[in-house]
This record gives sequence, C-alpha cells and structure tokens, in this order.
Amino acid sequence: MTKVTLTVNGRTMSGECEDRTLLVHFIREKLGLTGTHVGCDTTQCGACVIHMDGRSVKSCSILAVQASGSTITTIEGLAGQSELHPVQAAFKEHHGLQCGFCTPGMVMTAVDMINRHGGSLTEEKVRAELDGNICRCTGYHNIVKAILAADAEMASGRQAAE
Amino acid sequence: MYATSYHRASSVEDAVQLRSAHEEGKYLSGGMTLISTMKQRLAAPSDLIDLRHIPALRGISIEGRRVKIGAATPHADVAASRDLRALCPAICDLASHIGDPHVRHMGTIGGSIANNDPAADYPAGLLGLGATIVTDRRSLSADDFFVGLFETALEEGEMVTAVTFDAPEKAGYAKFNNPASRFAMTGVFVAKTASGVRVAVTGAGSDGVFRHPGFEQALASNWSADALANVSVDSSNLLSDLHANAEYRANLVKVMAKRAIAAAG
Amino acid sequence: MGVEGIGARVTRKEDKRFLTGKGRYTDDMTVPGMKYAYFVRSPHAHAKIVNIDVSAAKSMPGVIDVLDGRQLQADGIGNLICGWMIHSKDGSPMKMGAWRPLAVDTVRYVGDAIAIVVADSSGEARDAAEAVVIDYEVLPAVADVAAAMQAGAPQIHPEAPGNLIYDWQIGDPDAADRAIAAAAHVTEIDIVNNRLSPNPMEPRATLGIYDSAEDHYTCYTTSQNPHVARLVMSAFYNVAPENKLRVIAPDVGGGFGSKIYIYPEEIVCLWASKKTNVPVKWTSDRTEAFLTDAHGRDHISKVKMAFDADHRITALKVDTIANLGAYMSLFSSAVPTYLYATLLSGQYAIPAIHANVRTVYTNTVPVDAYRGAGRPEATYLLERTMETAARELGLSPAELRRKNFIRSFPYQTPVIMNYDAGNYEASLDAAMQAADWSGFATRRSEAQARGKKRGIGMSCYIEACGIAPSAAVGSLGAGVGLWESAEVRVNAVGTIEVLTGSHSHGQGHETTFAQLVASRLGVPIESINIVHGDTDKVQMGMGTYGSRSGAVGMSAIVKALDKVEAKAKKIAAHLMEADESDIVIENGELKIAGTDKTLPWFQVALAAYTAHNLPSGMEPGLKETAFYDPSNFTFPAGCYIAEVEVDPETGETDIIQFVAADDFGNIINPLIVEGQVHGGLAQGIGQALLEGVHYDENGQLLTASFMDYAMPRADDLPSFKLSHQNTPCPSNPLGIKGCGEAGAIGSPPALINAITDAIGTNRLTMPATSMKVWQAMHAAH
Repeated sequence: MTKVTLTVNGRTMSGECEDRTLLVHFIREKLGLTGTHVGCDTTQCGACVIHMDGRSVKSCSILAVQASGSTITTIEGLAGQSELHPVQAAFKEHHGLQCGFCTPGMVMTAVDMINRHGGSLTEEKVRAELDGNICRCTGYHNIVKAILAADAEMASGRQAAE
Repeated sequence: MYATSYHRASSVEDAVQLRSAHEEGKYLSGGMTLISTMKQRLAAPSDLIDLRHIPALRGISIEGRRVKIGAATPHADVAASRDLRALCPAICDLASHIGDPHVRHMGTIGGSIANNDPAADYPAGLLGLGATIVTDRRSLSADDFFVGLFETALEEGEMVTAVTFDAPEKAGYAKFNNPASRFAMTGVFVAKTASGVRVAVTGAGSDGVFRHPGFEQALASNWSADALANVSVDSSNLLSDLHANAEYRANLVKVMAKRAIAAAG
Repeated sequence: MGVEGIGARVTRKEDKRFLTGKGRYTDDMTVPGMKYAYFVRSPHAHAKIVNIDVSAAKSMPGVIDVLDGRQLQADGIGNLICGWMIHSKDGSPMKMGAWRPLAVDTVRYVGDAIAIVVADSSGEARDAAEAVVIDYEVLPAVADVAAAMQAGAPQIHPEAPGNLIYDWQIGDPDAADRAIAAAAHVTEIDIVNNRLSPNPMEPRATLGIYDSAEDHYTCYTTSQNPHVARLVMSAFYNVAPENKLRVIAPDVGGGFGSKIYIYPEEIVCLWASKKTNVPVKWTSDRTEAFLTDAHGRDHISKVKMAFDADHRITALKVDTIANLGAYMSLFSSAVPTYLYATLLSGQYAIPAIHANVRTVYTNTVPVDAYRGAGRPEATYLLERTMETAARELGLSPAELRRKNFIRSFPYQTPVIMNYDAGNYEASLDAAMQAADWSGFATRRSEAQARGKKRGIGMSCYIEACGIAPSAAVGSLGAGVGLWESAEVRVNAVGTIEVLTGSHSHGQGHETTFAQLVASRLGVPIESINIVHGDTDKVQMGMGTYGSRSGAVGMSAIVKALDKVEAKAKKIAAHLMEADESDIVIENGELKIAGTDKTLPWFQVALAAYTAHNLPSGMEPGLKETAFYDPSNFTFPAGCYIAEVEVDPETGETDIIQFVAADDFGNIINPLIVEGQVHGGLAQGIGQALLEGVHYDENGQLLTASFMDYAMPRADDLPSFKLSHQNTPCPSNPLGIKGCGEAGAIGSPPALINAITDAIGTNRLTMPATSMKVWQAMHAAH
C-alpha cells in the first residue's frame, strides 16, 4: 500500500492504496467523491474526466500513485462557492443532460475546452473537442448548445471584468 | 489490472537505474496506452518507472531549422507550440488529432513511438520527417527505429529521451479515423525534406508504419496530388478488419496521400 | 399553461444533483462490510462444463468465497424466464430452453456466467476469478441466424429442435397471396436489421445485502422496473418472498430497454450475500456489458409489397427470422411478434398483410427489447420498401406515401392495431418544408460541382406505445399486466409527494410529473416531490419502457389527483360552508366559484390531518392511490428527412441536415420532449451509419469494446431540426402519446434512403460504414 496525497477541490487529501489503483477509483472509493464515473475500460467514454494540474484528463487511465502531489478538480469542486459554475448552469438551462451519467465528464470537458478556446468556439469546434466523451442520451444537440452558450456567457463576463 | 509497483524517476539516470533493477519493469510515460493495456490485463509489468516528472524529458527546443522534442512532451504541447507551428505545422496538426483532448494532455511522443501501435499517428510523422530518435544510449533513424507491429529497435531497458528532425520544406498529414476507436484507419504523412520526398503510412500496414516508395518517386518529380493518380497501392500487405478490408485501405492510402499533399501546400 | 404547468419549457428539477456530482447511482452505494464480486464467465460460445475447480481461487488473498451453479441450484434458485408466451402457428407453445443464473452443465454464449468470486477488493476478486480452473468440452457453435436454421447446425437447447423457438404468423396469408398474384407491380426486397448493443453509459451494477437477523434482502440495482424485478425474483427465481425483498433502483444512467430485464447477476449477488454473510457489490465493466447486456434487433426478412395500377398498396407479405440469442430473455418473445408485426401497416392503408416470424437460438448473448423494440424493425422494413417501390414506379417518395396514407380514424389494421388518431400528411408537409425539399435539386448540383454525391431520403413512421392495455396483452400471451400506479400524498403542510411506479433513468419524470401536479393543483413544482424506484416506498408498479411513463404513468397520477381533488373539495366546501359543486381549484387555492372566499391547500390539508372538523363520516388524511390501465396503445407518428453528402473517394457520409416532424399528441414539456427525440435520433443514426455487433463464426464477440463498436460521437451528428404536430390522443386523459422511442424508430430508413439516393444504388445494409458505401458505389459501377 502506498500513501497518495492530492489537493482535491482545494483541500489536501490523503489515502492509502495499492499501486494498481486507478485515480478514478481512489477518488470515488477513498475520497468518497462519486461524481466522477467509469463508463468504459478503453479510455474512450470520458465519464471520468477531471482536471489535474489545470488540464482535463481521464482519471480511469491514470494511477492514483502517478497523480500523487498534483492538484485535482472534480465535478464536486467545480462551482467553488457558487451554486453552479456557468457551464453547469448552461447545461441545466439547455437540457444538456438526461440520465446524468456522462454529465460530470462532459461538464469538466466543457470547462477545459472553454479554458483553452474561450470566446472562439464554434459548433464544429465544440463537436470536434467532444471527441473523447460519449453520451448515449442527448444526441449531443443540447450539450453543444449548452457549451456554446456557456462560452458566450463566460466571454461576456471576461469582457465586463476587463 | 495485475498488481504492480510504482517508482517515480527524478532523472534519466535514475529512471535507467530503476528499470535495470526490475527485469519485468516498464517505463511509464503518459500511460495512455500502457495503463489501458494493463487494465485489460494484456500487460503485466512488475514495476512501472514513471518518466513524467523528469524535467529534462519535457519541452520543445528549436535551433535554426533543427527541432528537438523531449520524449515526455505531451501531444497537447506539440499541438499548441507556436514556434514549432511556424516551422513545421504538419507535426502540430498531427499531434492535435491524436486521441482526444484529454489523451493529448497526458500522452507523450516518446510513449507513442516506443509503443509503435500500427494505428498511431506519430510513427508516420517521424518516419515521414526522417526524424532521429534519441535514447539514453544512442541515436537511431526513424527508418531503423520502427520495426514492426508494436515493435521497435529499442533494446531491453533502453529509453527514448527525445526526437529530433530538420523542419521540412513542406509537409502534410491526412488521416481517416477508425469510426470506433478513432485511431488512424489510415494516415499518410508526406514531407519534402532536404534529403528528398518521404511518404509514410500508418494504420494500414500489416507490419505497422511503412514508407511508400512509389508515391515518393512520383512526388519527387512532381509535388502534386495529380502525380499519384497512376501509382498503385498494393493491398497484399495491408490490414483487414471489421471496419476496413485491405482493398478499402489501399484506396484510403491513396486518397489520404492526395489530401496530405493538399494540406502540405 | 402556467410557467411551470403542462406545456411549459421547465428546466429539470433533477439536474442540479447530476451537474454537481451528487447523483446516486448503484455503483456509488457503499454499506459497511461490503465486498466485491467478479463473475467467472465462459470464454467459449458453446461448451460442456466437465469440471470446476475453485480450490486455488479460494486460497487467493482477500477471497471470501467462490460459489458455483451447483450450489445455487442446491439452494433452489430457479431458472431465468421469458414472460411472454408465444404459440407457433401449429398451436404449439414456444420452445424455451433452461437458463440457469450460473451455468451448471453447459455454457451457450461467450460471457455466460459460471461462478461468482467474492473478495475484499474488485482487483482481488478478478485475480481469483482467473484462478478458477474449468475443464470444458468445447462444442460447435453457431452465431448467425441463418446458419442456426440449417440442417446439421449445432443444437443449442434440447427443448428446441433445429434451434427453432417458434414459427408464428399474423394476418391473412391467402388474402396477401391473392393480392400479390393480381398486382400491377410487386416490389421485392431483402432487409437486414443489424444487431445492436444498447450501451447505456452507466454499466449495469448491483449490490445485494442480506440481513440475517431479519432474514431480509435488499437489492440495489440498475433497473428500469424495480417492482417487476422484485416480482420475478420472488415468484420465479425463488430468491426471497416479496415481503422479504426490497429492490431499489436509485439514479440509473440510461437503460434503453437493456435494464428492463432481470439478469443473473442480481439474483446471484443476493444469494451470495446470504451465503457469505457480507453485502456483495458487482459492477459491470464495459466489455462485460457488451458480452452480457441483452442486445437488440438482429432480423433478416424477405418482403413483397404489391401495388395496383393506381399505385395503391394492395398487400404486404413478410417473412422474418429473428435471432433471440442463447436464451430467451424476459420479453424477448414479444419483440419480433406483437411489437413488430403489428406495426407492419405503418401509416398506410394496406388491405392484406401477412407476416411469418421464426425465432431461433444462436450462441450469442440474448436479444431483447432495445429502444423501439420491434417497431424500428417494422419501420425500417416498410420505409425501405416504400422507397424502393417509389424508385421502381418512378414516383417521388412523397407522392407514393401520400397516395397510401390512412386518412380516417379510428383505423383498424389487418394486424391487430386500431389507430385512434393521426394526421400523417401534416408531418410529411412540415418535414418537407423544414428540409426545403423543393430546393434539393439545386443543392445536389452544387454538391456535384464540389465532387460530392448528395442524396435525400424520408421515412414516415408509426409506433405503438403507451404500453399497454393489460387485458389485450394478456390475451396475446403477456405474463404481466401493463397498467401503472400512482399515489398522491398531500402532506399536512400542503407539500405534495407523488409515488409512481414509473422509473426515470434520464426521462425527467421528477420534472414532468411535477408539472402535471402543478397544473392541476396550482402549487409550485418546488413543493412537489416525485418518489420512484424503491419497492419499500412505492406501491406495485410496472416501470418505464415502451414510451409508457407519460401515457400510462401520468394517467395514473391524473386518476389519483382526481380523487385527491374530490376529497379536498368536500373538505373545503365543509369548511367554507359552501356546496361541493361550487368549489374550484385556482392558483393553489380552493375557492368558492364566483366569490373571493378561498382556502389555501395547506389549510385544507391540515384540516384533513387534524381531523377536528371534517364532513361527517369522512376518513382523516389526504392521500389517494390509483391504478390506471390504458384502453388502447398510443400511436405517435411522424416524418423524418435526412439529407447527406457522400464523399465518393472514401465513402464517408456527412449528414447535412436531419429533420424530424413528430406527432406526440399533447406535450407536457417541450424541452424534455426535444431531448428525447435528439437522443432517439442519435441512436437511430448510430444504427444506420456506425453501430453493429459482430460475432465471428465461433461465436466470439468481435465488437466487445468502444474500440471496435462505433458509438455515435458529437462530430458524427448534426444539430437536428424538430417540429411537432398535434392530434391529441383520445385514449388517455392527457392526450399524450409518448416520445421516447420515435427518434430511434424513424431515423434509420431515412438515412439509408438518403445514402442510396446519393450513390444511385439501392443495395446497402446497415451500418452504412464508409467502407460499405464505398463498396456499394464500386459494385454498382
């Protein structure tokens, strides 16, 4: 058993695990943060997407020990002190979720996408950037709509702040 | 996943030493293939030596037209490098279409080529560019490095530390995705380099990445998609699977080559 | 409509928990002492089990126990069943082979469960599972439906000679034959409906908890119908009597039919929990899901459609073979019969229809209902045939359809269904207008100039949902009634709980059901809670599938609300000293009509529960239960149009636009209805272009992960253009028809009609992958 220490959603958290423990299982089972999901075995569905050191990653394909020392944001910590992050709010407003299972990964992906391409997203770009996330319920229509709306909303927020 | 022991290397020397201490060990870079394979219990290294925290392995440096990419540089960094894009946009474009955004944040160039998946993108890029693969003990040409399916010239315990290449005059990459895995069902990298035209094909060959001499000759005399019109693609050494049989792949090789030329300009 | 009432675009009440990671799915559940299960599964498609040696596995680190099928059998756990009896045309009952939850003597598909390992961690359980040594005598296997019917094919169940489960028919064979013989034109076509894997994003999971002190079981499971699960596990599998078994289906991450059925794992984990005296959790991985979740579709059919000289359809004759896999899953027998052949009239007046359906066993995972279940197969068959006929007859696809539309209702088809309402031309017109059908020729030439092949195709679908009138399905062989239940509790402070037997796994019931209550009682939806998915909380119910939760589940709520309102009016009349018939409900208050005398709900509710001053003889409390049994199916219908461009160099299809015009009757929440259509379209487009389950000739599954099974992703799909037409359903109090399956039912033929239009050859099977389209183009030239 190895001790893994992470800063998760702003808090330092530690736990013991086998070296073969995947980060997603560590987060779900050791830290009790079950919002991050597992939907496949082949690094494809994106239900497990979190942010590690500021970048979106698939926590099903990283060992917890590999991540030790890093800073993690999961869906539970995304909104911080607010009720909902603008991306979460946009998903609700535009019905960008149905069963909710892929949703945490979709939202974390959308936030990362907006972080990298903020203000310049198009429908085509959003669809291409969703390459690593599978949704079986929504046909992506409203997810795309929600991400574009959140991007516009956050861009106007940035403009107002400047 | 079978049980394994994790070691975090702090330097190249440290990594090599750790690796030599564990006969059944494996280097772990981004892990985007290795961890997946281990999850499916198709690989069972006793030990993993993590290279992601070795600063010397990370980053892109450019001197004149000579490019050096550290082995642990993630695909996203290659895709986003403005300096590299100014010199060789094709390799940035190639990197920007590997896997998905999350995979590109973790996966590294060294990990990709050391694995030499027959459907991976980088092997085509590096073979097409005539790149040099630098290891902890020697330098190898891409022609010598990529040997076959998941097979390279790397010796036991040998570790890729960087790849280097001279920026080509022109280069382009076009790939046709497998609809399920999104790996290259066929990807073609074309480059006009100081030492001649090079065309490398991934995703299609039953022995992994390969060069296409017919295309290279045709393009050497006429750098245009039209030059490929009458060059045939032999389907006998191409992969056949559910999504693409050899005949269809032969067609894709040609179409992607034409599109790579168009992308190269 | 109010801002929160029926018809309003209310954002979902349930979203916040899903968006913040607070959804509670089965795999999120942990209880003290919980251990992890891993199933030992057959690597062979067909084999005799000669010996099972668990001794090495039992001594592995962390292992609690390893249990096999003989122990399960010794404890009296029963066979899995198929709950719908179909009789062959010779009168004999379907030939159901035995399906043990853990195989004892024979395994019949790759993934067939043989033993369960319970260990401290899932990794240790899997390690030990690999140490279970099983000697097999490998038998010849057959995966293909046509091959399974050939003489000399491997025999899968002794009960079913020739692997034939039933040979069933519907309609009048002689009338159809006569009409075909007399026809001016007969269109003949072979139709293949490709096998699919449902792939809800949440893999199946179950947590079995046995309480030895109470001799009581709790089963958390990924189910669309927890009460049916409890009923079946009690009545047939002998796991525990109903009063000793609580089934909870918490948040469920999509189902699409695949989570209707009771699988071996739920049964075995409950039993194993008793055997080991620890709670046992099992979570499927994705490859296990491909191997063991019930698949969908997998039909091959021969079709003849006859026309008179005026291009009116005079007959349809269909011969279908359906693959049911290695065992008969819970509703599998009904899918290629009463959910399929009864819809073969489509939107058209066809005087004579005959369908013959044979179902067969193969060494593949069981096949059962998947989104649409039988109706996509019927629609694909009919709409491909109509398109082909239009081409052969030199008519436009719209013209041929218009000529044959049913235009007066009710309409009795020759295949049982009685269509109650519809206006098919309205949807056709709306779709053609939205697609700018008349401008297509110009767009095609423009595409041609760019070197692309452009095509357009349509599909006019009908489905029967709101499943289903109990007496009707009972007479057709169903083992259960398909009514729904509701209980409406007005609490003493006026807040409201609705307990429903429906189950939401993405459909948004917590919002739409609350909208109904808000509309009726005038209270804000925040004060309404929808409770579902727990057999200890909710009265018996039948669950969610077949687009039934609106038409059937909400109708049950309407009935319960009627009773609540009636009682509340009595109380209000008593308290305000008015006549009961003068009381109306407005803005959350009970009011004497035409006056300003009102009582808010909470005062009426409080009066009901204090019971200090109730009408003489009235029982205290304000809570009513209702069971609603529909009088007919509902018949959503619509027209879908796909416009595509095919790249002639690669065969790649790009969907330029996809138009859906649907008649779902009245709509409770357009936001949610649109979402349902989007999702259905994605699955239908997935079937048409990308998805297909492939077994090799030895019964090994070739598409066992997302690496090989192509799931639709965002860049495979366009944004969709939707519209709704409305002929209210006369058969239920809300006038609603259901919208959950339409997209998956109507879209595949539209796509294939469009692609075949683009490439100029009609020979193309689903999924129309780039390679297949490229091959079709080359074969044609």
